Amino acid sequence: MRSSAALFNPSPPLVLLLPLLLFSHLLPRALAADLGSGDGYTIAGRVKLDGATSKESGLPAKPTNIKVILNGGQSISFARADGYFSFHNVPAGTHLIEVAALGYFFSPVRVDISARNPGKIQAALTENRRVLYELILEPLREEQYYEKREPFSIMSLMKSPMGLMMGFMLLVMFVMPKLMENIDPEEMRRAQEDMRAQGVPSLSSLLPRSN
Amino acid sequence: MAIRACLGLMILLVFSSTISTALFEDQVGLADWHQKYIGKVKHAIFHTQKTGRKRVVVSTEENVVASLDLRTGDIFWRHVLGKIDRIDQVDITLGKYVVTLSSGGSILRAWNLPDGQMIWESILQVSAPSKSLLHVPANMNVGKDNLILVFGGSSIHALSSTDGQIVWRKELSTNSLEIQQVFQPHESDIIYALGFIGSSEFVAYYVNYKTGEVLQQSKASFKSGFCGEASLASDDVVVALDASRTYLVSISFRNGVINFQQIYIPDLIPEFSGKATLLPSKYNGILAVDIASSIVLLRVKGVNELEIIEKINYPSAISDALPLSKEQQAFAILQHDESRIHFKVKFDTDLTSEVLKETIQMYGQRGNIEKVFINNYMRTDRTHGFRVLVVMEDHSLLLVQQGEIVWSREDGLASIVDSTTSELPVEKEGVSVAEVEHSLFEWLKGHFLKLKGTLMLASPDEVAAIQAIRLKSFEKNKMTRDHNGFRKLIIVLTRAGKVLALHTGDGRVVWSVLLPVLRKSETCGNPFALNVYQWQVPHHHAMHENPSVLVVGRCGHNFDAPGIFSIVDAYTGKVHNSLVLEHSVRHIMPFPLTDSTEQHLHIVIDDNLHAHLYPKTSDSVKIFLDEMPNIYWYSVEVGKNIIKGYSLEIKGEQDMAENVFQPKELWSIVFPCESETIALTATRKMNEIVHTQAKIVADQDVMYKYISKNILFVATVAPKASGEIGSATPEEAWLYAYLIDTVSGRILHRVSHQGAQGPIHAVVSENWVVYHYFNLRAHRHEMSVIEIYDQSREDNKDVWKLVLGKHNLTAPISSYSKPEVTVKSQSYFFTHSVKSMAVTATAKGITSKQLLIGTIGDQVLALDKRFLDPRRSVNPTQSEKEEGIIPLTDSLPIVPQSYVTHALQVEGLRGIVTTPAKLESTTLVFSYGVDLFFTRIAPSRTYDSLTEDFSYALLLLTIVALVAALLVTWALSEKKELREKWR
Repeated sequence: MRSSAALFNPSPPLVLLLPLLLFSHLLPRALAADLGSGDGYTIAGRVKLDGATSKESGLPAKPTNIKVILNGGQSISFARADGYFSFHNVPAGTHLIEVAALGYFFSPVRVDISARNPGKIQAALTENRRVLYELILEPLREEQYYEKREPFSIMSLMKSPMGLMMGFMLLVMFVMPKLMENIDPEEMRRAQEDMRAQGVPSLSSLLPRSN
Repeated sequence: MAIRACLGLMILLVFSSTISTALFEDQVGLADWHQKYIGKVKHAIFHTQKTGRKRVVVSTEENVVASLDLRTGDIFWRHVLGKIDRIDQVDITLGKYVVTLSSGGSILRAWNLPDGQMIWESILQVSAPSKSLLHVPANMNVGKDNLILVFGGSSIHALSSTDGQIVWRKELSTNSLEIQQVFQPHESDIIYALGFIGSSEFVAYYVNYKTGEVLQQSKASFKSGFCGEASLASDDVVVALDASRTYLVSISFRNGVINFQQIYIPDLIPEFSGKATLLPSKYNGILAVDIASSIVLLRVKGVNELEIIEKINYPSAISDALPLSKEQQAFAILQHDESRIHFKVKFDTDLTSEVLKETIQMYGQRGNIEKVFINNYMRTDRTHGFRVLVVMEDHSLLLVQQGEIVWSREDGLASIVDSTTSELPVEKEGVSVAEVEHSLFEWLKGHFLKLKGTLMLASPDEVAAIQAIRLKSFEKNKMTRDHNGFRKLIIVLTRAGKVLALHTGDGRVVWSVLLPVLRKSETCGNPFALNVYQWQVPHHHAMHENPSVLVVGRCGHNFDAPGIFSIVDAYTGKVHNSLVLEHSVRHIMPFPLTDSTEQHLHIVIDDNLHAHLYPKTSDSVKIFLDEMPNIYWYSVEVGKNIIKGYSLEIKGEQDMAENVFQPKELWSIVFPCESETIALTATRKMNEIVHTQAKIVADQDVMYKYISKNILFVATVAPKASGEIGSATPEEAWLYAYLIDTVSGRILHRVSHQGAQGPIHAVVSENWVVYHYFNLRAHRHEMSVIEIYDQSREDNKDVWKLVLGKHNLTAPISSYSKPEVTVKSQSYFFTHSVKSMAVTATAKGITSKQLLIGTIGDQVLALDKRFLDPRRSVNPTQSEKEEGIIPLTDSLPIVPQSYVTHALQVEGLRGIVTTPAKLESTTLVFSYGVDLFFTRIAPSRTYDSLTEDFSYALLLLTIVALVAALLVTWALSEKKELREKWR
């Protein structure tokens, strides 16, 4: 098994040629393997920000500072201009890869490196459990860090508290009399009489009369 | 009916317009500031040959590689490498790539010089991480593929500089070889590699540069051994120090024949005593030796002939040699004298005279010069001009050129150890508001512009003007206390032992002081800064005095090293008092108690668990003795897996006289070593204020929070799973969370999470704990919340009991009484790894809380506590919905607009500190790492004040419109009435 994937070479075309087995290769470790410092597997993949230029967030269209983080900071790798990244000397087991790129939301990726079956790597997004057949990491969404200012419109003015105040007043001024007209005059008179009987102090009675 | 509908519509409109709490893009910089740093520079490479932007590429102790503008010191680009990925060396190859060697010589990366994009990365097989050397050949033949040589462990790697492919690799020796010096004679294909095998064998290799073939190899052993330092004196002589550091050993290795010559240093330099250090330098025939009091320059004439050229007294620093031509090299000597720096440049061909001599005035305290990097430029008269990049003791970086400091960077701020805040002085009387606000007309004009901005009617020029007015707001940068408590001083302590006060308005440094006690001295060889506390906060009594802070340090990294105290004035940075303590410092407990001069009482627990009281005044002792029966403390021994609780007692007269108190063990909790190791402990903030114990839940029901200052949250993990993610399987990992009362040692609650492991981050506040960990089963991060409620007060809901006075609301809460507590908890998935966690704090504790989560992407996310409410359920009832309970989801939402750092990153995030403002709705947030970021946030919006965006002009306009409408309608109605009467 060891010889099957003895490809220690981060050159991009070769990496792409491996469709199902995720770029997993046992490193050709002959010397100093007993020291235990250098054996392990290589995880290689690609961060893809295709066409995803965040014009609206005000960030540079092509971020040069994309970090790929293994196991919550155990090691940090940087994506190259074409998006390729790799981690070396990773032991067998289940690992977590996170991508930090400002302006994008990436799902962390679960990466299983099989110990029994050297070189077999499986990957899945942890957010939506989608299985990845190639370790190509794409953002789930772009992130807008700022609230968008609404362009000026009558509606936004209306929505402001003062606009609402005015609107309400206008409503009362023009719509209320119309409503009053619709009421049957008989009923109206009765209601007025009721009110008078109850002696509800009306606003007009409180105001000083000029004449 | 119509009115009701109308009201409903209105309410709906009001709510729909006020849901978001995020920032608009044009509000950036109004309340927040962001500062970028790089840390203490280790290596610097200048790139000034080509036309275009001149830059200097640096690598730092914070594992940052950065390209700086040589004219201004601004950062062009910067990368923060991983924590264990220490940068060994940095260089420039092909004139366009920056090459960094890191992780003990095992990772070589190339970065594009203009924009910092990584070009290639190469992993080298190094048997053991060791001292490594990077050799980039200087003879640049453009077009020819240059090889980069890396010497590390016991092998040489040659890599192509264009794509990082390993061209050849050569294993030199299986033993512990350490290559000290590498050089390549001009126009030659042979590389000389000199080093030591073990401690006593010297070895010289001649390696073919193109093929890696070892052409010749010679070894010789030296009886008394080497200390591991060597300096190349000429093409065939290297000078080393012996193991005792008192003999210089000059080694000649011409044609593979090795000869040793010993020179006793005191014979050469009579005043020498102690130990010498060789300064790494590459001069033609010159050697720089650092003896304890000065730097001595020696000329190497032959194998056994050394001659003193110059003695440079301390404090001083010397740069590497800068080749000007084939024969000539220049180097810089900087000498320090009080507040001035003497800057000299010499050629190695003529050491008696100076090419350049300048004196530079220094401002502020920066300590001694630690490192110097020299660079030259061509003057208009075709002579050489020189500039130097200077790294100071406080980690700041200066560029000196033509007798002045061109720019300086306060890079000590990249390594903040601890921080606290201080109030600013109260505004003095006599300064009226009119003077502050320029004039009413200006004020109105400003607001009119703002109105135009809100109505989106402003032209681009006006928009710029509005932005300028807002950013330059005089108000926020004043040096006095403000009504809302937004203006404060953030007092930070850096690893270099420097204390700086930053203004919250714009982040400027108000004062800075390099503490003398935290500098290297004879009494304290290796001091380091620990914490900063508030020492004196004048309130009522000592109003005329300035507040002061206490800086605590330690002489050396061991716990038993003596402690260091220093008291610094918070307004001026004056050091009031500093001392090296007689005892060590293990814990410090600040008390809310103060003595008559408002100095806070502090208890220092030393390594023997004795408690020492500070300040040592009779007044404070008296106050302390009154309170002593109520003082309990605990110690967490992580290695031993024990938590012990203590009280204090006095044993004997001597203790009384010296104010030393003995610990009295009350309880201990021992965690089983085979199944648990302590991973984390967390407590509530001492100064946290809780508004109410009662929590009104749906249907007018009440729950009582169990609020105790003595709650300790402890998280333990399985020993196998105490490493990083990926090191354990779900079956062998578990996590236990404990809530412990630190007075009685009672475990209030214990919960286990199977298949979970660290790293754990936790926040304790009020009656809840939120902790973040990794769930191996789901392979996702998880956050759990535990809320703890007091059951004994449950019956108080009965109105009749309240009326008849049979309630127990006034009964004191005591840790002695066995509380009946109920616990609610819930867990949620969280997407990101977490670097740091904090919770907002407000003045009165009324405002709802937000968690501040420092994510792995170095951003700070504000997450409402409502999302971490154990009472969340999938289908909340109508009444619960009204209460504001959010339907349960399996993961916590990450809303990009709720990142308090918006589109910025706090690179290398390490800590988040929250401080309440005076305005109840607002919290000040300071987060630090390599960068600094400050902002203020309002978790429930600023309900108690108008926002800065509030348009007074619009208000005025509305009032005017209303009055006009009133007048018009009045006139109309008058007219109508008149008409009616005429009819």
